[in-house]
Amino acid sequence: MDKIIIRIDGAEIKGKPGQTIMQAADDAGIHIPRLCDVEGLEPQGSCRVCTVKVNGRTAASCTQPVADGMEVENDTLEIRNYRRDLVRMLFHEGNHLCPCCEASGRCELQNLAYQLGILQPDKYPYLQPVRPVDASHPDVMLDTNRCIRCGRCIRASIQLDHKNVFGYIGRGINKQVGVNGKNLAQTNVDIHDKAVALGTCPVGCIIQKRAGFFDPIGKRRFDLHPAGTKVEDS
Amino acid sequence: MDIIPTIKQACKKYGNDRGRLIDILWEVQNSLGCINEEAMGLIASEIKSHRVEIEGLVSFYSFFSDRQKGKIIIRLCDDIIDRHAGIERIADIFSEELGIGIGETSPDLNFSLEYTPCIGMSDQAPAALINNVVVTNLTPDSARETARQLKKTLDPSKLVTKCGDGNNAHKLVNAMVQNNIRQKGEVLLADGIPAEAGLDNALKKASLDVIQAITDSGLRGRGGAGFPTGEKLRLAQKTEATQRFIICNADEGEPGTFKDRVLLTERASLVFEGMTIAAYAIGSNSGILYLRAEYAYLRPFLESVLENRRKTGLLGKDVRGKKGFDFDIRIQLGAGAYICGEESALISSCEGLRGEPKNRPPFPVEKGYLSKPTAVNNVETFCCIARILDKGASWFAGIGTKASHGTKLLSVCGDCAKPGIYEVPYGIGIDELLKMVEADDPAIVQVGGASGEMVGRTSFGRKICFSDAATGGAVMVFSSHRNVLAIVDYFLEFFADESCGYCTPCRIGIVFLRERIQKVMHGFAEDADLGYLKDLCKTIMMTSRCGLGSSAPKSILNSIERFPLVYSSHLKESKDGFQASFNIQKALDESRRLAKRTSMIYDPVYEDEAD
Ligand SMILES: Cc1cc2nc3c(=O)[nH]c(=O)nc-3n(C[C@H](O)[C@H](O)[C@H](O)COP(=O)(O)O)c2cc1C
Ligand code: SF4
Ligand code: SF4
Ligand code: FES
Repeated sequence: MDKIIIRIDGAEIKGKPGQTIMQAADDAGIHIPRLCDVEGLEPQGSCRVCTVKVNGRTAASCTQPVADGMEVENDTLEIRNYRRDLVRMLFHEGNHLCPCCEASGRCELQNLAYQLGILQPDKYPYLQPVRPVDASHPDVMLDTNRCIRCGRCIRASIQLDHKNVFGYIGRGINKQVGVNGKNLAQTNVDIHDKAVALGTCPVGCIIQKRAGFFDPIGKRRFDLHPAGTKVEDS
Repeated sequence: MDIIPTIKQACKKYGNDRGRLIDILWEVQNSLGCINEEAMGLIASEIKSHRVEIEGLVSFYSFFSDRQKGKIIIRLCDDIIDRHAGIERIADIFSEELGIGIGETSPDLNFSLEYTPCIGMSDQAPAALINNVVVTNLTPDSARETARQLKKTLDPSKLVTKCGDGNNAHKLVNAMVQNNIRQKGEVLLADGIPAEAGLDNALKKASLDVIQAITDSGLRGRGGAGFPTGEKLRLAQKTEATQRFIICNADEGEPGTFKDRVLLTERASLVFEGMTIAAYAIGSNSGILYLRAEYAYLRPFLESVLENRRKTGLLGKDVRGKKGFDFDIRIQLGAGAYICGEESALISSCEGLRGEPKNRPPFPVEKGYLSKPTAVNNVETFCCIARILDKGASWFAGIGTKASHGTKLLSVCGDCAKPGIYEVPYGIGIDELLKMVEADDPAIVQVGGASGEMVGRTSFGRKICFSDAATGGAVMVFSSHRNVLAIVDYFLEFFADESCGYCTPCRIGIVFLRERIQKVMHGFAEDADLGYLKDLCKTIMMTSRCGLGSSAPKSILNSIERFPLVYSSHLKESKDGFQASFNIQKALDESRRLAKRTSMIYDPVYEDEAD
């Protein structure tokens, strides 16, 4: 039972009891794309871009525990196509005008799109939501028009900051990130919270005021390590 | 108004326990008419939660509201069967009489008018819920009369002048609902089922032998997924734990399903008996009946049945004199969310959380309610358990087919003369059933509700059982003059409304599916759109996190495959290379409006030339 050997696209790797497929793959230097999962937070299993096939059935690798003998398909055409569709869905759900977004170049959604070969998401209709931007707080701004509902801000606030600044509200397509008060200024959010730290939000929803566009083009996070050449470094 | 005492009292009633948030929110809403921002903040501080968490719940469950609603909330059942039965006309009449549209509340705060998905009355459609009072078989005249009477009395309970049959006439139910039991079988609806015979037999056995009997009977879950019940109990029993739970799933939200309604009305004691046997089998001292909010009218009656069982030693300490076996049951009322029928979402809801499914593994049998091993079973499954322990595993296994044992309770509705409840042995042919229900022109049979399977005429020889046409109970009959695409579109609308929104494919993908089906309906789609639909269906089915997302696309795939002519007759050929959906006249409308003149190229007649 202690010995866990799984195969990912044919390559044999070791896993430890209690690990997820994603963690075992990371340890072995095999990259599985991800958006809602990030080191240091409990996995949520909501974006589904980490979907793999385990013994022929699809599962989210960030929540699926490893078990000895698992046969995992990760980088196959079928799986890549699912991931492309999921990433496109997220683009089409929100308003992602990359050229004028502060997060461009360090955005994990944008990076993943490039990695999957999506240059222009145009497969689905654009839902074009109109959501008010919350600029009430002196240091932090929240623009949920780009939100991909990954819950990283929510989990970071609860699990790391031991606060509840953010939370999910609504359901279905109206599921959104809400704040613990009328607006951000009425919450106990602090610029030093992990929930609003750079890199917590994978896209450009949580913006630190007076600090925008700090890295010039060519030196941004994904300019340096483009397209999954390296296991997540956040 | 000072709402603090109300809130404090509501929270205190449930021990300021955030795990009982659904009950607390019901309590608050029933006293204040809504759960507004102020109330959210107060509740949060009372139970040491956070406002955003309370807002998360209020905005998740469709029966909760942050805005003041009318004293009387009229919820019209907007299910496809009710649509076919004319619910839109009924809505117009309520609108006219009350002077408010759908989704509105009257300025005097007396009335709110809304649509709600299937309320479990498809056999007596069109139907509505008026607060907790069910009104059935609405006609334009009765709707007008109902609205007028409500305006006069402001008391929905006065609407019930004639009760339905059986326990619907019990003073604690007092509902005009009819059971519509059309065929009784030997397992569930037989007359003279001896009370507690199953429980008495079970308590004479060792708990593992009870599980063995259930396994031997071949009983599989009646809620839809068909998991072997004995195996589920065995898993829950063998997980080391200080406490275990039994939960009865009475969420019955699948459109067209209403068989649990009838079991709860006529076999309430048998349900609780089955739960008690299961509790004894796995070593549980606590059970929950999760009752959908639409069935709140049954709650006082069910509470009285529980109370009776407590009084007669069938619940409580040393159940039925069995030393050391203590067991009690509480009722958890839902708050309007189909996804809470999914067992892990149901557990979330019982824990006072948003009704979102949990990550699996671990499965509920290992880590369920309050992280303890929990066996969740359907209402009918618990009835079967009690009967198996009474009559024996081989008796049960002898009914039905080789692989699907026992009888199945079917709720049949739609285009047939005898909609209602049929208890049939597994293996019955769809054609045979159609004869029983007197369907004279059936073209489509939807087996298993919105998440089920669309069966066309050429396949009516198929059998209802786990290995062929499987169903949790719903059988909807559609005659040849019904529009397949409208049915599919309704199912998608339902799933889009009921998706919990947790995962990407279900939350967003279903919205895109519906957009494209409407494009087909409106005649703007071309061949390539069918490829797009199939492709998107596959991604959603393969990547969704729970059964809602993975079954939502089924009706599209079924209908494309089985009713290809319906699609091809709607598709447009695009010979000119333009997209069929592109309408130049429509596109020009806005420029015409802005420029305040017609187009030089596309509008052939110029105004100055016209005269
Ligand atoms: C979206 C969804 C809705 C469901 N709704 C119900 C329901 O209303 N009633 C029910 O018994 N099971 C429902 N189920 C199935 C439950 O998850 C679970 O399998 C069932 O309660 C187990 O009981 P059983 O084994 O006795 O059938 C639903 C499943 C899904 C995915
Ligand atoms: S705001 Fe950012 S971190 Fe929070 S859920 Fe949305 S995308 Fe994720
Ligand atoms: S499939 Fe749908 S209902 Fe199920 S978890 Fe995902 S969003 Fe929620
Ligand atoms: S990374 Fe696994 S579901 Fe998002």
